[in-house]
Amino acid sequence: MTSPLEQKKIRITGPSMVTANRTWDGAVVYRTAKQGWSTELSDSAIVTTSDEARALLAEATADDVGAVGPYIAPVELKDGGKVKPGNLREHIRAKGVTIDLQVPA
Amino acid sequence: MYAYDELDRTLINERVSEFRDQVKRRLSGELTEDEFKILRLQNGVYLQLHAYMFRVAIPYGTLSSKQLRRLAHVARRYDRGYGHFTTRQNIQFNWIKLAELPDALSDLAEVGIHAMQTSGNNMRNVTSDQWAGVAPGEIEDPRIWSELIRQHTTLHPEFSFLPRKFKIAITAAEHDRAAIKIHDIGLRLHKNGDGETGFEVLVGGGLGRTPFIAKTIKPFVPGRDILSYIEAILRVYNQYGRRDNIYKARIKILVHELGIEKFAKEVEEEWKAMGDVGLTLDHAAIEEVRSRFSYPAYEKLPHMPDELKQAAHDPLFERWRKNSVSAHKVQGYSIVTLSLKPVGGPPGDATAEQMDAVADLADKYSFGEIRVGHEQNLALPHVAKRDLPLLFKALDRLGLATPNVNLVTDIIACPGLDYCSLANARSIPIAQELTRRFANHDTADLIGRLHINISGCINACGHHHVGHIGILGVEKNGEEFYQITIGGRADENAQLGTLIGPAVPYAEVADVIEDIVEAYLALRDRPEELFVDTVKRLGVEPIRERVYATR
Repeated sequence: MTSPLEQKKIRITGPSMVTANRTWDGAVVYRTAKQGWSTELSDSAIVTTSDEARALLAEATADDVGAVGPYIAPVELKDGGKVKPGNLREHIRAKGVTIDLQVPA
Repeated sequence: MYAYDELDRTLINERVSEFRDQVKRRLSGELTEDEFKILRLQNGVYLQLHAYMFRVAIPYGTLSSKQLRRLAHVARRYDRGYGHFTTRQNIQFNWIKLAELPDALSDLAEVGIHAMQTSGNNMRNVTSDQWAGVAPGEIEDPRIWSELIRQHTTLHPEFSFLPRKFKIAITAAEHDRAAIKIHDIGLRLHKNGDGETGFEVLVGGGLGRTPFIAKTIKPFVPGRDILSYIEAILRVYNQYGRRDNIYKARIKILVHELGIEKFAKEVEEEWKAMGDVGLTLDHAAIEEVRSRFSYPAYEKLPHMPDELKQAAHDPLFERWRKNSVSAHKVQGYSIVTLSLKPVGGPPGDATAEQMDAVADLADKYSFGEIRVGHEQNLALPHVAKRDLPLLFKALDRLGLATPNVNLVTDIIACPGLDYCSLANARSIPIAQELTRRFANHDTADLIGRLHINISGCINACGHHHVGHIGILGVEKNGEEFYQITIGGRADENAQLGTLIGPAVPYAEVADVIEDIVEAYLALRDRPEELFVDTVKRLGVEPIRERVYATR
């Protein structure tokens, strides 16, 4: 997965959301339509055009106290409106590591 | 062990107070993330995929049992019950909350542990041989020099805002376990013709997207001059190093572009021009640091105690002993490597329970001392041979007696895409699958010494370039692919591996590695010929043909 840290131009090709890490604990959070953050991907504001993505990212970036390092990431919209991560990186961020740990996560 | 003095303790405690205030100001919004980032990086705090990651220094890989217990405490109290030992004698915690980090740092400071020099563009944690002070034939304990350099570089303004991070490693043994040739500066302790102790100085090694093996710029620098010589190197780097391009900012690029002769000349001229800048180490200064390292009161013990003779009838013990127990400089003692590479486990991870238990075993069998190696294993450096059978049973119960040290399943792997925000592909699941494929210890013994190193991106934290087999995760059209190199090595004969063929998808990596190993077994001219020597003798082509013929 290309690291979003290398994300320079904002051009989306499908449904996307803005994600970041919550400042106080680093938890994965998603920007909501109510200008807040949620730990649930299903709460994320979905954008479908580059202009919308740019606006959502700008608004999220302005909340520097709430969350760190916001970026745009793809999602898949399933039947019934269910939101799924759009790539492996976001899948891992949403669901956790893909490995068997020796201790319960 | 090294005993910190009042100055060290004050420095560490002041750093905790400072960071506590910085975190408070960040959480209140007084500091922006841009302002805070450089401050958190100076305290080992990264932001990764799932959370903040906290990297703690284990200077020259030496820990006391008390310190290891405290690391276990941090894992349990502030994290998810485990830690990950890295390729540079650090430990990382993956799930730390920023709001709790000052408390974690404070708890560590009580036992003299900190996170300074574990991240940021400064002089990083000076690493060394994990067998320092106990390896037979060693010139002298390289940790004394590591500590002298640490003291000089910690918070040194000239070394705190370098063009990029800067890593030094030191070895004093014939066999290089510290991988000095892949460091910005590699120091090899040796004696000159007059019996004087000093260093061969190598510069410009490093991996990442532009890998280089370090080259010698001076065959002998007397020990007393090593600080001033390092300073001269850093001055040349600071003067000419690129600050405009992060990918060209490491000293290896400067050495490559100037040429080693020109670089060496610049350093020599700078060193001479510096004159006496108060950095010459007098005998007293060296002895002061030396005196702060304590060594066990070894007993006079037989070379072959009865306990060892009796245990030799146990094939499981014997397999482990032959694999994981190494010669010690003192008769009757051994160095025991504790494999953190169980079959199916994440390489380099240890649970809090394991850390506590190892600390207890260190107290019981190793004078309370533990070592951490860059291969992501632990070691007990002072084990009486008579105690080996009991130690084996205890380690086996803890899952720390896998007899695979230096074998095909002793894999070095970075955290990869499961944790790291820079990664393009996963590393750990690849390592886990390979350990399952080669789980049979007879097969692993038959294969012999073989280092597989895996990195999840070009930054090469898993040292893939210098793996006998190197695996690099890349991304192609949103899918994980892996480039495979063979013939690399990180020891005194360090060299970079050669690409063996086109990148392969995630699901095929283990198959390809199995085929490479099978090709080696078919091509080696005798069982003692190591994988890396077969590649050296034959080149890549015969192995490539066998592996890719049907692909």
